Amino acid sequence: MLLAAAVAALALVPLGHIVVAAAGVGWSGIADLVLRPRVAELLVNTVRLVGGAVVVCVVLGVGAAWLVERSAVPGRRVWHVLLVAPLAVPAFVTSYAWISLLPGFDTYGGALLVVSLSYAPFVYLPAVAAFRGLDPALEDTARGLGLSTWGVFRRVQLPQLRVAVLGGALLVALHVLAEFGALAMLRYPTFTTAVYDQYRATFNGPGATMLAGVLVLLCLVLLLAEIRLRGARGYARTGAGAARTVRPVRLGALTAPALLALAAVVVLSVAVPLVSLVRWMATGTSAGLDVATLATTTGTTLALAAAAAVATTVFALPTGWLAVRRRGPVATLIERSTYLGSAVPAIVIALALVTVSIRLVPGLYQTVPVLLAAYAILFLPRAIVTVRAAVEQSPPLHDDVAASLGASAPARLWRVTLPLLAPGIGAGAALVFLAVVTELTATLLLAPTGTTTLATAFWSASSALEYGAAAPYAVVMVLLSAPATVLLSRDVLPAARRGPTP
Amino acid sequence: MSALSVTGVTKSYGRTPVLAGVDLHVPTGTTTALLGPSGCGKTTLLRIVAGFDDPDAGTVELGGRVVAGAGRPVPARRRGIGFVPQEGGLFPHLTVAGNVAFGLPRRLRRDRGRVASLLELVGLDAALAERSPHQLSGGQQQRVALARALAPEPSLVLLDEPFSSLDASLREDTRRAVVAALRATGATAVLVTHDQAEALSTADQVAVLRGGVLAQLADPRTLYRDPRDLDVAAFVGEAVVLDGDAVGGRVASELGELVLGRECPDGPVRVLLRPEQLRLSAGPGPRARVCAVDFYGHDARVELELPSGRRVSARTEGGDLPPAGAEVAVAVSGTAVPFPTGAPTPAPAPATA
Repeated sequence: MLLAAAVAALALVPLGHIVVAAAGVGWSGIADLVLRPRVAELLVNTVRLVGGAVVVCVVLGVGAAWLVERSAVPGRRVWHVLLVAPLAVPAFVTSYAWISLLPGFDTYGGALLVVSLSYAPFVYLPAVAAFRGLDPALEDTARGLGLSTWGVFRRVQLPQLRVAVLGGALLVALHVLAEFGALAMLRYPTFTTAVYDQYRATFNGPGATMLAGVLVLLCLVLLLAEIRLRGARGYARTGAGAARTVRPVRLGALTAPALLALAAVVVLSVAVPLVSLVRWMATGTSAGLDVATLATTTGTTLALAAAAAVATTVFALPTGWLAVRRRGPVATLIERSTYLGSAVPAIVIALALVTVSIRLVPGLYQTVPVLLAAYAILFLPRAIVTVRAAVEQSPPLHDDVAASLGASAPARLWRVTLPLLAPGIGAGAALVFLAVVTELTATLLLAPTGTTTLATAFWSASSALEYGAAAPYAVVMVLLSAPATVLLSRDVLPAARRGPTP
Repeated sequence: MSALSVTGVTKSYGRTPVLAGVDLHVPTGTTTALLGPSGCGKTTLLRIVAGFDDPDAGTVELGGRVVAGAGRPVPARRRGIGFVPQEGGLFPHLTVAGNVAFGLPRRLRRDRGRVASLLELVGLDAALAERSPHQLSGGQQQRVALARALAPEPSLVLLDEPFSSLDASLREDTRRAVVAALRATGATAVLVTHDQAEALSTADQVAVLRGGVLAQLADPRTLYRDPRDLDVAAFVGEAVVLDGDAVGGRVASELGELVLGRECPDGPVRVLLRPEQLRLSAGPGPRARVCAVDFYGHDARVELELPSGRRVSARTEGGDLPPAGAEVAVAVSGTAVPFPTGAPTPAPAPATA
C-alpha cells in the first residue's frame, strides 16, 4: 500500500509542480502570462488540430474496423496488419518523411494529415476489439427485425462501440496535445512546441510553466469530457456460451471503392514514410554511414529502454496488485492518480523534473535516474494495465488451493503467483521498452549531456536538415518497433495502450 | 469418531451475519453433503473449515485437534485438508502431472507412477498427465482437481459445488467417478451443493443449512421421507402439503383418509406427501382436475387442482397420461408425514422439483 502510494506520488510530481509554480506567480502574474494574443493563437491552433485529428481518426478507425471485421472485403488479415503498421513509425519520423519529400508541407493540412495517419490506429485497434467482442447474435436479431446493414451499424453496433471509440479518441487527443517532434518539424506551433521554445529561450522561466499549465488544463478537460460522455452503463454480453462466427457483409459493387479507400490510407500512412526513409537512407549511406556512432547510439537507447522497462514494471507491481486484490476507494485513487500523471504531456513532465531536480537535488539534474523517472511517469499505465490484467487472471483461489496443499507463503509466491504473473509482467515491460526506444521529448530535455538516443540523434540531424544522416536512426527505430506492432495486431489488446507516447 | 467437528461457529461479514451458530459432526470415512440455497453460508463454512477464513466464535476440530477457536488458528497449509474448488482451480501454468503432484514432498513430485495411480483413481487415463489444464474438458479438470487434493492423503476433503459448472451429461459421470475415488481411498469428505438430487444421491449424510444454522442433519432417506419441518421437506424435494385433523394415527384430508407415518397427537395437522405417492385413475375416489402435464420421458409431472382450489403435483409413469382439463381420481399410496399446526411451523417455500 505504501509502495503504491509512493508510486502515485511520483506520478503526480509534474502536476504538483505546475500548481506550486502557478501559486508562486500569483493571479496577476498568471493573467499577464496567459492572457496574451500569442496564447490565443496557440489555443486556436491546438484546438483545431486536436478536433480535426479526432474526427479524422474516428472516421478512419471505425470505418476500417468495420471493413476488416464485418465486411467481405478481400484480404482482411493483410489489411489488419497494414492498418496497425503506422504504430511502428514514430509520428516525428512520418513527419520527417513527408516534409523531406514535400518541403511545402508545413501547413495545417499537412499537420492534420501526419498526426491523423500516425494516430488512427489508436481508434482502429479498440474498435476492432469491440467488434470482436460484440455478440453477432445481436446483429442477426436486428437484421431479423428488418434493419439494413447501415441500420445495424448505426443502431446496434455503433452504440456498443461507443466506449471503445471514445477511449481511442481520448488517446488520439492526448497524443496530439502532447505531440512535439512531428509538429515542430512541420513548424506548426501548438502549446507543446511553444513550451519547448520558451524553455530553450528562457531555460525555465514562468512563461514556459504557465503555457504548460494551460496545456495540462486542456488534458484535464479532455479526461473529464471522456468520463462524462462514456457514462456509467456497461454493455455485457448476456448469456454464456461461445459467440457464433460472423457472416461478413458482402460489399458487391462497393468492393472496389472500399479497397481503394483502404489502399489510400495504407499508402499515405505506411508506404510514403517507408519509401521516403529508404530514399534518404540511400542518399545518406552514399555519403558514408557512420556505423560506429549508429551502434553506440543504438546500444545507449537499448540500455536506457531496458532500465526504464525494469524500473517501470517494478513500480507498476504494487499498484496493479492493489487494484485487484484490495479493491476499494484508496486503491482506485492510487491507480487513477498514476493514469492522471501520465496523461500529462511529456514536455510538462520533463519540465517539472528539470525544475524539481535543480531545486531539490541539484546533483541529479541531467542524470539517468531523473530520465528514468520521467519514463516511469510517462509509461506507468502501460505496465500497470498489463500487470493488473495478469493479477486478474490469477484469482486468490489458486493461492488458497496451494495453501491447502501445504505450500508456505514464500513457496506459494514462487510456485504459483510469480509463474502466473510472469507473462503479464513481461508484456508490460516489453511495451515500456518499445515506447522508450522512440521517446523524443523527455529525452531531449533530460538526457545527460553527451548521451544520445536514436530519437535525439535523429532529431538533431533532421533539425539541421541533414535528412540523409537522420535516416539510419529512423530505420533502426522502425525495425525495433515492428515486432511489437505485429504482436499488437495479433492479440488486440487496446487497454495496454493507455497513456500518451509523445 | 468424528473426522470433523464444528461447534457453535458464527461468522459475519460487516453487519451481515452469515453463520449464526453452526454445529456439524462428520464421522470418519463418510461423505457429508452441505445442502442449502444460495447465500445460506455453505461456502463460508467450508472456507472456515479449510482455514481460508477464521470464525468469529465457535471451534473447529479435525480428528480431535482444535484448529480454530482456541488460541491461534492453525493455518490452512498445516491442516491437511484437501480442497476442490468450484471450477477445479487447476494451476494453468502447470501440466496435469504438475498439478496432481503439487502437494507432494519435493522428492515424490517426479514420481510418474504416483501421478499415474492418482489419475487412475479418479478414472482418468495416465496419458493425460502431460496435458495442460485448458486442454481438458470441465469434467476432466474436476477429476484432476480431486486427484490433486487426494495426493497428500488428507484427513478430510472439501468439495465446493464441484459439479455445478458441468453439463448435465458430464455431471453424472463425474459425480460417480468422484464418489468412487472417495470410497476407494476411504477419505472423509464434505461436499457443498445447492442441488438436492446431487446431495441425496452422493452423500452418506446430508446437512441442510438454512439462514446460517443447521436445519437438519440426517441420512438422505430420512431427510426425504421424514424431514423435521415442512421447510426442509420442500427444500429437499417437491412437496404435497394438505390440511386435516389427526385422530388415532389417521387423518381425514381432501385426498381421503391417510395413514400417518409417525406418532402424532390428535388435533389439526398439516401432512406431507411426495408427488410420486399420488396415483391417478379414472375410477372412484377423490376427484381433481388436470391443469398441466410436463412430460419428461421417463416420467411425467401432472399438476392437479383439488376441489378446494389447492394445487398439488403428481409424478406418474409417462405411459398413460390424462389430457389437461380432464377430471381424474387420485389415490394415495404409502403414509403421510404429519406436522401438528399447534406448534408453529414456517410456511413452506415454493416447492422445487
